[in-house]
Amino acid sequence: MRYIEPHGHMVSRVTDDYEAMVLAGCRAVCEPAFWAGYDRSGPEGFYDYFCQLTDYEPKRAAKFGLPHFTWLCINPKESEDTKLAEEVIALIPQFLDRPSVLGIGEIGLNKNTRNELKILEQHIDLAARHDQLILVHTPHLEDKHKGTRLILDALKADARIQPGRVIIDHVEEHTIQMVLDAGFWAGITLYPESKTTPARAIDMYEVYGGQRVWLNSACDWGRSDPLAVPKTAIEMRRRGHADETIDQLVFQNPIRFLGQNPRFTVR
Amino acid sequence: MTRQQLLDLYFMDARSKLIDIAAFLDRMDRGEGEPDFRLDAFRKALAELHRGEPERAKSVLMSLSDLTVEPIAKAPGKGAVGAWKMTNEK
Repeated sequence: MRYIEPHGHMVSRVTDDYEAMVLAGCRAVCEPAFWAGYDRSGPEGFYDYFCQLTDYEPKRAAKFGLPHFTWLCINPKESEDTKLAEEVIALIPQFLDRPSVLGIGEIGLNKNTRNELKILEQHIDLAARHDQLILVHTPHLEDKHKGTRLILDALKADARIQPGRVIIDHVEEHTIQMVLDAGFWAGITLYPESKTTPARAIDMYEVYGGQRVWLNSACDWGRSDPLAVPKTAIEMRRRGHADETIDQLVFQNPIRFLGQNPRFTVR
Repeated sequence: MTRQQLLDLYFMDARSKLIDIAAFLDRMDRGEGEPDFRLDAFRKALAELHRGEPERAKSVLMSLSDLTVEPIAKAPGKGAVGAWKMTNEK
């Protein structure tokens, strides 16, 4: 088996996870910027974090021969403070030329506030001005449906944005259809409790199709499993899916989306 | 897959989760004091299982969702609790 982990917050995982992922067939890992579990005290904290994502973390992964890529932004959980968010957004362009940066993400909404929406629009503008791919985080639980609608509206309102260069992550049964209908890619996140189980992910793949879909573990410091993608591949085998079908979903699809940035190369 | 194959693959898992839900509701009944809005939301979402169409997962998720359309003025916090409570905030 071979697969891509297109969304993993590896800074909060132990080095043994890298080894386990490689043993399971992982060929590349991509790490979007996210919330640390606490609010950073100022933009300098983000500068250090972006250095960690673009310098230190690729070296840690490289010890196991695993290519590590990253996405940059201020996560929506911290964008309610618009002054801080604007200072962080101003820092990002100086990192965009670093060799492992794939685009802007994971941007989006958390509690669907006006300030979050304002910062989302600024991130979209940043991505458009610098011709970057976009990775979008959709809100949690009861806020997901409303937030997904607001996010799609914001993206569609900017004529510079090409839906095929945007992935809307963490879709579930009540949001995947609107994302695919609008021409965007959809990410299905595999979590033990708060997002999607392997069985439900495969249900969505079977019902809605897998042309513009990827799977990810979004492993971080919370309850999550860095091996969720290969475990779901095993579940697909149990359901009778062919190896080629599985390979397309967990390996070829992420490459098709991420490969729009020529920096993303996988052996 | 056939329905028989799906049963063979998933029945024990679904049975286990069904009993967990039953035990959770029993536990709530045995508890003391008034629960917050989430228990009512849970019971309402359970009713979605009786729908005849194969969109029960979507219906349950929608039942637990905020279906308003306008962004809110200020975040009440960072977290989500899994069910939506109507507020008067504009």
